Amino acid sequence: MAEPTPILEARNVAVKRGGATILRVPSLLITKGENLALIGPNGAGKTTLLQTLSYLLKPFDGEIFFKGEKVNSNQFIFHYRRKLALVFQEPLLFDTTVFENVAAGLKIRGMSRPEIRERVMDYLERLGIGHLSQRSAKTLSGGEAQRTSLARAFAVQPDVFLLDEPFGALDPPSRESLIEDLQQVLRQTRMTTLFATHDRLEALRLSDRIAVMNQGRIIQIGSPGEVMNHPRNEFVASFVGVETILNGKVIKKNGGTFIASISGQEVEAVGEAELGEHVILCIRPENVTIGPYSSEGMTSARNLFPGRIERIVSLGLYQKIQLDCGFPLVAYVTNHSLENLSLREEKVVMVSFKATAIHVVRKKG
Amino acid sequence: MDLILEGIKRAFLLLVTFDPEVMGITLLSLQISGTATLISLLIGISIGTGVALSNFPGRKVVVSLINTGMGLPPVVVGLFVTIFLWRNGPLGVLGILYTPTAIIIAQAIIATPIVMGISLAAMQHLPKKLRLQILALGATRLQMVWILIKEAKLPLLAAVMAGFGGVISEVGASIMVGGNIRGYTRVLTTATVMETSRGNFEIAIALGIILLVLAFCINFILTQIQQRERPR
Repeated sequence: MAEPTPILEARNVAVKRGGATILRVPSLLITKGENLALIGPNGAGKTTLLQTLSYLLKPFDGEIFFKGEKVNSNQFIFHYRRKLALVFQEPLLFDTTVFENVAAGLKIRGMSRPEIRERVMDYLERLGIGHLSQRSAKTLSGGEAQRTSLARAFAVQPDVFLLDEPFGALDPPSRESLIEDLQQVLRQTRMTTLFATHDRLEALRLSDRIAVMNQGRIIQIGSPGEVMNHPRNEFVASFVGVETILNGKVIKKNGGTFIASISGQEVEAVGEAELGEHVILCIRPENVTIGPYSSEGMTSARNLFPGRIERIVSLGLYQKIQLDCGFPLVAYVTNHSLENLSLREEKVVMVSFKATAIHVVRKKG
Repeated sequence: MDLILEGIKRAFLLLVTFDPEVMGITLLSLQISGTATLISLLIGISIGTGVALSNFPGRKVVVSLINTGMGLPPVVVGLFVTIFLWRNGPLGVLGILYTPTAIIIAQAIIATPIVMGISLAAMQHLPKKLRLQILALGATRLQMVWILIKEAKLPLLAAVMAGFGGVISEVGASIMVGGNIRGYTRVLTTATVMETSRGNFEIAIALGIILLVLAFCINFILTQIQQRERPR
């Protein structure tokens, strides 16, 4: 397997606004081909980080390295910016045709007209807006405008693609359709991406690594499984949500349900999925049932697993139980049940959840 | 009443037959005001854009000055230009008082703040993030300014139209620094003043009609621009 090559790195970067430090990143390394999601609440510093990495904002401390070389901020900074592309939440299109909009970055780089024509039409097609090339940008719908903005960024074939909540302003069907198309183009181009979102599900679908930010700092960074299932602190835990997030591969399919292999175990879920497809299964803790350990009935029951209790956290009226069933799982039990079942850490119990209680997210590669 | 109707009738005749005197005055007007507007365009848009896109101490004062300049009384401009170009004045050696050049200078001084002020407002009105997006696309500062100017082309056109409209109908400064010399510095407005005071209503009315038509055209274009600017 190829050694991961670093492509973008921030060291000791700090950004100030009005005297206050709004971003502080001691270290961030992005490798070629990876998709990193920045999640966090509004004001967490996601936009600041993206803009600082593109040197649209100047850090008052620290350095940015691109392909191992330090980026110097002077009047030639545009050379560095030409290796990146940044898409904002608003399409920010120019008052001209879709074609001219998508060609804008290429015209800036002095590309010849025939080459521009070829490149622009290619990306317009890939984003499904080829038929709109001569339309005025003012007449586009929200989804069409954002596609144009994305095509404009793709057309310059950047080394790193930065997206700042690009789907935030779209209605759900447009979002869905655009996310799917974007996933496809990203895969085809093997683009390195860094995107900010406050939607965990979006982060899950589009990223290999997630960085949780708050108040200008990266609190935790790691694979989706790590961040979602092993949150470093209460903030991360409350931000990423209480669901258990499991990564699996579909190994069997029946009409309407499928079985996914998760850490060697078989989990049945309701939904449509293809054999061999990667899926993400989300299980809410209130849907997980704990019972006394028994080795009977294991072969016939669906989604019934033995599990060891790793940690019990009291949440007042109920308890949060962290389990290890070969994969991590979080369950809620009432104080009453806690007593009845004499639950304590290290105890092995039987854990079950219904196939219908699983929320399936199809990762599509 | 007969006077007026007779005047109107004769005016139409002058216009329809392209009377050389009337046409000559019209052409001179367009040349002088056109040149003045061109100068005001170059200075006004560049400074207006520069101030709009930059930040420096005292910026607010500069913006106020520009806005004040938009309301500069043309007669006052005429006064100061006359003083400067007067025989014993600081620029008297140039000997350009009572020449078309003097009118161009005066009109340029009148139009420039107008163009500057509207350009400033137009460029400031562009979404702030648009600037960031343009830079993110890898533009140099110059490329960015050029793209922003293209984005604001309609309000900038309005600025130019407003500047032109202001000077083509200006009479005070034009008479003061031009002298209303026949075939040389006699423009539409100054000629109308003179012909009216002499009672030559047919010529005055003909010139008046031309001025009205010009004013209407300018406003028509401005209105079109304004209506197009309305977002959906």
